[in-house]
Amino acid sequence: MNGDHQGLALTLFSVFVVVALAISTWFGRERQGTPEEFYAGGRLFSPMENGFAIAGDYMSAASFLGISGLIALYGYDGMLYSVGFLVAWLVVLFLVAELVRNCGRFTLADVLAARLRERPVRIAAGASSVVVSVLYLVAQMVGAGSLVALLLGGTDGRARGWTVVAVGALMVVYVTVGGMRATTWIQIVKAVLLMGGTATLTVLVLVRFHGDVSALLGTAADRSGHGRAFLAPGLRYGHDLTSRLDFISLGLALVLGTAGLPHILSRFSTVPTARAARRSVVWSIGLIGGFYLMTIVLGFGAAAVLGSDAVRASSAAGNTAVPLLALDLGGGAGSTGGTILFAVVAAIAFATILAVVAGVTLASSASVAHDLYGTLRRRGGRAPRDEVTVARAAAAGTGVVAIGLGLLAQNLNVAFLVGLAFAVAASANLPVLLYSLFWHRFTTRGAVWSVYGGLVPAVVLVLFSPVVSGAPDAVFPGLDFRLFPLENPGLVSVPLGFLAGWAGTVTSRQGADAAAHAESEVRSLTGAGAA
Amino acid sequence: MGKREGRRAVTVQPPTGAESPHDAAGIYREVQRSAAFREVRGRYRRFVFPATVAFLLWYLAYVLAATLAPEVMARPVMGALNVAMLAGLAQFASTFLLTWAYARHARLRRDPAAMELRWAVTLETLQDTRPRRLELPAGRGPAAWRPAGGGDVR
Repeated sequence: MNGDHQGLALTLFSVFVVVALAISTWFGRERQGTPEEFYAGGRLFSPMENGFAIAGDYMSAASFLGISGLIALYGYDGMLYSVGFLVAWLVVLFLVAELVRNCGRFTLADVLAARLRERPVRIAAGASSVVVSVLYLVAQMVGAGSLVALLLGGTDGRARGWTVVAVGALMVVYVTVGGMRATTWIQIVKAVLLMGGTATLTVLVLVRFHGDVSALLGTAADRSGHGRAFLAPGLRYGHDLTSRLDFISLGLALVLGTAGLPHILSRFSTVPTARAARRSVVWSIGLIGGFYLMTIVLGFGAAAVLGSDAVRASSAAGNTAVPLLALDLGGGAGSTGGTILFAVVAAIAFATILAVVAGVTLASSASVAHDLYGTLRRRGGRAPRDEVTVARAAAAGTGVVAIGLGLLAQNLNVAFLVGLAFAVAASANLPVLLYSLFWHRFTTRGAVWSVYGGLVPAVVLVLFSPVVSGAPDAVFPGLDFRLFPLENPGLVSVPLGFLAGWAGTVTSRQGADAAAHAESEVRSLTGAGAA
Repeated sequence: MGKREGRRAVTVQPPTGAESPHDAAGIYREVQRSAAFREVRGRYRRFVFPATVAFLLWYLAYVLAATLAPEVMARPVMGALNVAMLAGLAQFASTFLLTWAYARHARLRRDPAAMELRWAVTLETLQDTRPRRLELPAGRGPAAWRPAGGGDVR
């Protein structure tokens, strides 16, 4: 990378930072005093706006850089990620979006509290939402660090550290000043930039191969060094039984985790009705599906244009495949076109990280202020302080925690961290949500057991997995206390979450509250009495 | 046809007997037991449950095939395209198709009846909390209690 790229990319990125700051202060001028405004942006977004915002929240840099990079290195096995990430949206569309819009207010815990005893379920669901959000945030921060290291040429630890701090500080400013309204607009701007950038590169790749997809795939296979095996599964996850099980585990977490992500759930409260929530999800499925189809073209395109070895030489994890591809498509290193395209791609990737981080931070601050603070404070008997003030402070607190963990986790693989957040969401949040929406006998004890029964195994299994110890690229490579062979806990922890919810319910001494269930069921399907 | 029946059944009768006539919980239980609500719920579940099972099994089969039978997936079909590539694209296609089918089903078969119910319940509960029902709390304009989709009927 030479100075031109860096200068231009940093300029473009600064423009985005300033625009986002302008959006935040602009919307911050309007009333932010009520929780309705701060967490839900007044509930007045249109389905199309919210659809773009959901897509913006979901298409993280891990998708943009990570999946294309994995495809460039491992061919077909990288593509398996995009399929799982997209199919997951059917769970959201069919089972979650409309019912959550009708039943909830801002957070997962609101949906549960509609029919269960408020205090225990709020604490449980609030705690697990915070855990998921923080894991997700750390993944994004680590991604930001790697990206700036790439951009500034070299893997200077201090530059990465300062990037993590800067990204964290910026997101705290955006969220505390602008609330949900500004965060949504930042997501929309980012989604448009990301789709535009990806579409441009995809068209350039297809033009390079004269629109012949078969020729593109054939060239990719030839230049990958693996031949035809590059176009079939098995290069990354086919070595032994453990790696295959690991993949199945990851696939399960991806498809079930999306519907349990707190920042996705809180997006449905920004539209006025359940019908609008459904139409936002239809929009976002179209956008996300189109985006992942394009990342597949970019991944194979990087293998065909650059060759897998060139990609691996720049970054062992493949995270630089797309920027390098942009450089080549624009006319190669040193050309004006290449410089501009590379800078644009790098700036979009930065903008993506910043926007996703802001969205997750907002969801996490809602869990802290709305669920945990409000509930724990009430027992103390003192009057609760203004909730929005607490939420702003919580956003700052979340930022500090995420910065700290982001600095510690700098050597972990970004895709793995995202997979882990999905696994925890699928184990702790999804079972309780589905039981609460669809099982008339579900009780408070069932809910509490379900959350902790998924959360604790997911976290404990990771602590005793090869990710933390016993492997050369683990967090503690020098120690070995690994007892669980898989990197992703989903295969075990997701069934445990469902099982615990069932066991807690059938052992409850009190039955389900039929009146509360009637109200929440009628509300969820008709929208009567919805916030 | 079904819509018309639903419309008549929606009128929520004041509960008789032990429950007080203006008890919100009573109204919700009454609605939950009504034929109109059971019809809405049935239509929703009859579409969503089989469709969810189908796409989860199809996705699981895809993941298992990729991990347990890579040689089948590697079989070439046409040019550089092989079974694995086509299966992946078919996952994309089935996701788009199911999304379209669900949106259509919900819009045509469920939304009108659900909106009627919402309206009926809203009126009943308003009556319950506010004896003088047209006097709305300050600061909550008509938009706050408009029926579902009031502004976005297509």
